[in-house]
Amino acid sequence: MNRIKYTSPLLLDGESTVVVENNVRIYDGDQKTSFEGGELIITTHRILWGRPGQIARGQTCLSMALNLIIFIEEESPSTFSFTRSRKIVLHLSEINDTSNGPQPYSMFNFIKLSFREGFTKNITSILHDLLQDRPWEPKIQQPPVENKPQQPLIKPRMGIVGIERSIQEKQKATDASINMAFQDLDKLMDMAKDMVRLSRMISTKIKEKQGDITEDETIRFKSYLLSLGIDDPVTRDSYKSDNQYYQSLAKQICDFLLSHIEEMGGMMAMSDVFCWVNRSRSLELLSPEDILNACKLMQALDLPLKLFEFSSGVKVLQLSSLDSSTVAEATAQLVDEKGSLSSEELSKSLGISLTLAKERLLTAEKFGKCCRDDAIEGLRFYPNLFLTREE
Amino acid sequence: MPEVDIEWPWQYNFPPFFTLQPHPETRSKQVAAWKSLILEYCEKNKIYVIDVRESSQGPLFYNSTINRKLEQSVILSILSELQKTDNSAPVDKLNNRWEIYWHTLEEWASMIYDYVLGQGIQNSVLTLHELVQGEDTAEEMFFGMNQEVLLKVLRLLEKDRKCEVILEDDVQGVKFF
Repeated sequence: MNRIKYTSPLLLDGESTVVVENNVRIYDGDQKTSFEGGELIITTHRILWGRPGQIARGQTCLSMALNLIIFIEEESPSTFSFTRSRKIVLHLSEINDTSNGPQPYSMFNFIKLSFREGFTKNITSILHDLLQDRPWEPKIQQPPVENKPQQPLIKPRMGIVGIERSIQEKQKATDASINMAFQDLDKLMDMAKDMVRLSRMISTKIKEKQGDITEDETIRFKSYLLSLGIDDPVTRDSYKSDNQYYQSLAKQICDFLLSHIEEMGGMMAMSDVFCWVNRSRSLELLSPEDILNACKLMQALDLPLKLFEFSSGVKVLQLSSLDSSTVAEATAQLVDEKGSLSSEELSKSLGISLTLAKERLLTAEKFGKCCRDDAIEGLRFYPNLFLTREE
Repeated sequence: MPEVDIEWPWQYNFPPFFTLQPHPETRSKQVAAWKSLILEYCEKNKIYVIDVRESSQGPLFYNSTINRKLEQSVILSILSELQKTDNSAPVDKLNNRWEIYWHTLEEWASMIYDYVLGQGIQNSVLTLHELVQGEDTAEEMFFGMNQEVLLKVLRLLEKDRKCEVILEDDVQGVKFF
């Protein structure tokens, strides 16, 4: 009730009458007030209430700005009421300036409008529409009310609707800024294309003119390109450039995995390496590409592990001391001991993965240490009696 | 086909023997073992013709004790290896039937001619039946020779003007010079 002011019934700029009802009583919260039997005008901006004839004569009336309304509900008529009376509850937001009203203090956050003779039109839905359209909004400034010009600007940012609106606006702003950011990225990508083309061109020139420029210069230039983040196709596989990150990563992986790999018979498939490393890092995860690149550097760094690729394309990390012939020898020895082995049996007895076991057996076969028996039961490997057994 | 037990080589009970080995050196040993096994088996059993489709079920290419079987494609490649040393030749265009020569045709030819010289039966006519089924030749290596193979051998001799093959409807004979 303290939100209601005395004011002139004259319409403001851009304000228009929406609906007029008669015989309306105002409640402060649940309490009846003396403002009863009056005329209620809902405009696009305000709710006006005056005693019959008051508004028509332009005398001071009660008014309340629509933007104070947070929520509207219609009170369901009690079971025993046989009147046509209907009540609407208007939940209101807080207001600081309570002067110039009929009732400066109120313990309620809502008022009720009681329509003794019902509505001619559906007031609730009209109010809902008004709240949604917010016709008072286009004017950023609250329409100046002549008899209280000192009223501070009431920002329409109050209550739940206000909060929702502000969230919406923030989202809009974020959206816009993200779009901006990606616009920048697009430009960057375009630029990067040029850069890559340029670097390719230069690297092919370097290749053509090998000899014209010194080896040192070539390497230095390639490292410039790499430090720009542009993969030089020439150095892609060799990673000659001293990329600190991969080097230290290679050392770290080596330190961590060396004992495990020794336990597992000297070899670990790259997929396992990836799992082990990332599990140990828990949060600072590495991409498979980074791990692979780091592993590629191991041999050049003289680390005790190295990357090895089987002819089938399976990549493993293995002890540097291990080469294919010793692998073949060791595997053949196992086959000799057991008489014959399938990859499943070898993987079980060594605790290595199935692919790795198969690769080991195939390596042994490639060195002529084993021979295969490809039957319905599956692929098995036998000691190569063809070559070792005397006729 | 009466089967004579032969002494199977150790490879026959070695399962990898029935899988073509990818390692080149191993494979050559394996194929060589198969070649000598096939020739030995055919000689002992007097088998002049192998049908690849049938024989893949026979004891030569199927070891029922270890349940291993040589694939037809592998049999074919081994037979064509044998062809390189004149120890076999395909009979039909589909390469299903192969003649096996544990003695090459030339060896057979000289064997028969030596026999003819030894018996002093030049200039006389022998029927083909007499030559490979007769009582007189029962002790000879070429006894019981397959007629098609025999004809190929005699054609060889004919080229050298050592005999003439007479192929009438009722009489199939040969005259040696």
